[in-house]
Amino acid sequence: MLTVRELCMRFGGVMALNRVGFDVAAGSVTALIGPNGAGKTTVFNCITGFYKASSGQIRLRGQTGEIDLIAILGEPLHVGDAWQPGKLAHKIYYKMFGGAHLATRAGVVRTFQNVRLFKEMTAMENLLVAQRHRVDWRPLSGLVQSRRFRRAEAAAVERGWYWLDFFGLGEDGNRLAGELPYGRQRRLEMARAMCVEPRLLCLDEPAAGLNPRETRELSGLIRQLRDRHGVTVCLIEHDMGLVMEISDHVVVLDHGQVIATGTPREVGEDPLVLEAYLGISGEEAA
Amino acid sequence: MSEAKETLLTGLVALLLFAPLTGVSLEGYGLNSHWQNPFLLAGMAMIGRLLLGRLRGLRLPAGLAEYDWQTRLQRPILAVVVIAALIFPWLVGKYWLNVATLALIYVLLALGLNIVVGLAGLLDLGFVAFYAVGAYFYALGFKYLDLSFWIALPGGALLAGVCGMLLGFPVLRMHGDYLAIVTLGFGEIVRLVLNNWIDFTNGPNGVRAPFPSFFGLDFSRHPMPGKSSFHQFFNLPYSSIHKEIFLFFLLFIVVCGMVYFVRRLRRMPLGRAWEALREDEIACRALGINHVTVKLSAFGIGAMTGGIGGAFFAASQGFVNPTSFTFMESAHILAIVVLGGMGSTAGVIGAAVILTVLPEALRDFAEYRGLLFGCAMVMMMIWRPRGLLRSRRALFRREQRAC
Repeated sequence: MLTVRELCMRFGGVMALNRVGFDVAAGSVTALIGPNGAGKTTVFNCITGFYKASSGQIRLRGQTGEIDLIAILGEPLHVGDAWQPGKLAHKIYYKMFGGAHLATRAGVVRTFQNVRLFKEMTAMENLLVAQRHRVDWRPLSGLVQSRRFRRAEAAAVERGWYWLDFFGLGEDGNRLAGELPYGRQRRLEMARAMCVEPRLLCLDEPAAGLNPRETRELSGLIRQLRDRHGVTVCLIEHDMGLVMEISDHVVVLDHGQVIATGTPREVGEDPLVLEAYLGISGEEAA
Repeated sequence: MSEAKETLLTGLVALLLFAPLTGVSLEGYGLNSHWQNPFLLAGMAMIGRLLLGRLRGLRLPAGLAEYDWQTRLQRPILAVVVIAALIFPWLVGKYWLNVATLALIYVLLALGLNIVVGLAGLLDLGFVAFYAVGAYFYALGFKYLDLSFWIALPGGALLAGVCGMLLGFPVLRMHGDYLAIVTLGFGEIVRLVLNNWIDFTNGPNGVRAPFPSFFGLDFSRHPMPGKSSFHQFFNLPYSSIHKEIFLFFLLFIVVCGMVYFVRRLRRMPLGRAWEALREDEIACRALGINHVTVKLSAFGIGAMTGGIGGAFFAASQGFVNPTSFTFMESAHILAIVVLGGMGSTAGVIGAAVILTVLPEALRDFAEYRGLLFGCAMVMMMIWRPRGLLRSRRALFRREQRAC
């Protein structure tokens, strides 16, 4: 569903990602692991459009064909484009109005390592903001409370309650997001991401700061998202227990390069991975 | 904070505010003290605070019962305000009517700035620029194109809105301090252009702006030949207060419309998106919200309100010149928004009325005005950074309980 090829990301002289390539199969849970500073979050930022990759390809395949997730961020213009007005117009359009929000609209939705909620708004309002596509934006219909507007709002609120219940936040709908305990904030952020109706859900360290019981609940929830709601999940995680338990496919990054891919079991036995994590070569470990 | 502590704090603030205002009076070269006045007023403020605390409870909303109670109270309060506004102009003289009109203009401006600063979280120190655009559009439009007020009002609003969006484009990537500095510069640029483009704007000498007509009837004592004037048409004796009353009501209607608009906005996708943008821009983008259009719409709609305020200002003064649009004016409007509680509509309206009427009522203490505003501001920022009235969030009910 998602293909990443030859992805490079340079920050000045630093090569944060060096020809990273991997696939995320539809309906799978793919984990991105690696030591600190390996470039996992950089990969996420590239996929979700927060960074513009220096070079490479990121493509999302969907019902409507393939979407180039790099083009929608606005590519640099070349002299050669002048001969292809159509292409030029596209490029200029994306340069002006492109950005991370288009990646989201294409179906890639993320959560953040350090929770980013709208703290002064209630939990339900957080979820309503996420349902951009469902509500009626025209100011006039909101002012006169047109039937369509009210129906759209009601549908969005109902959807919001559904996801709040799903994540066990049914009692917290009218509480300010900033007041919720940390574990609930994490779940609220996931609920908010689900309100966008993603096809690919990217979770950046979803279990960080959770206690073991909450982590267990989380793995159950992620599995339900995949099985019941048909969401493909891509996650970064340090909790190996969680990774081994729920992921179908693991990609290991170190120093900006993919050093191993495979099932959790295969990766766990890979000498390169052991070396990256333990700082010794595989033979010494054995 | 406990209720007693809150009440004491209110009393203290009221005492500090009222002591210089009501505690002393000038008599010749000496000062007379009326020490009982401030204590009386502070006592009243404390009782008020206590009642308020009792009525709505100091905790945040826990359930829906309270919500119902508050919505039920909303209507009577609204009715009282409207009736008071309907009676008011007939009871007072021209001077106070003018003050009230000015207060309403400030309410309008503050509501507009509240959209930009309070809801969208974009600190704008050059708001007066849009106010100037609206005022000058009317005055210059009349001078060169003979535009009537009724065309200049939407036209000025539109032009101010476009200016707001134009300003918005270059500052899209800026936050906080940088944004404040750029908008400050924009405000000054507009004022300096108006001041120095003498051929077009008549510079510091200003431009005349006529009084709006009442459905084609003007308010002059002796209308142009062939035209009828308001008092002739309705067979009334001529009085110069007619037009003031008319302007007051007109402005009152516009302000009511604006209040309704702002209140609805907060429960509409656009208003929610503004608030979300204030809270966390990156998260907004991650949810598929185009931060460019959302920001521009906040700038545009805020500026539009400023433009409407400007047209009314020009009409009520009959004359505009650049000294009305200095940075102090921006600071004044911002002070209203801050004191009223960023994002809270009722608070902003209250603050606008108080900050316009109080200085007029207390002309004797004009010199201490800045000092008092400053003190009030510092105290607010320390104890009530979100304003005197905390803005209430929309509450959502479940259609049917999941079973």
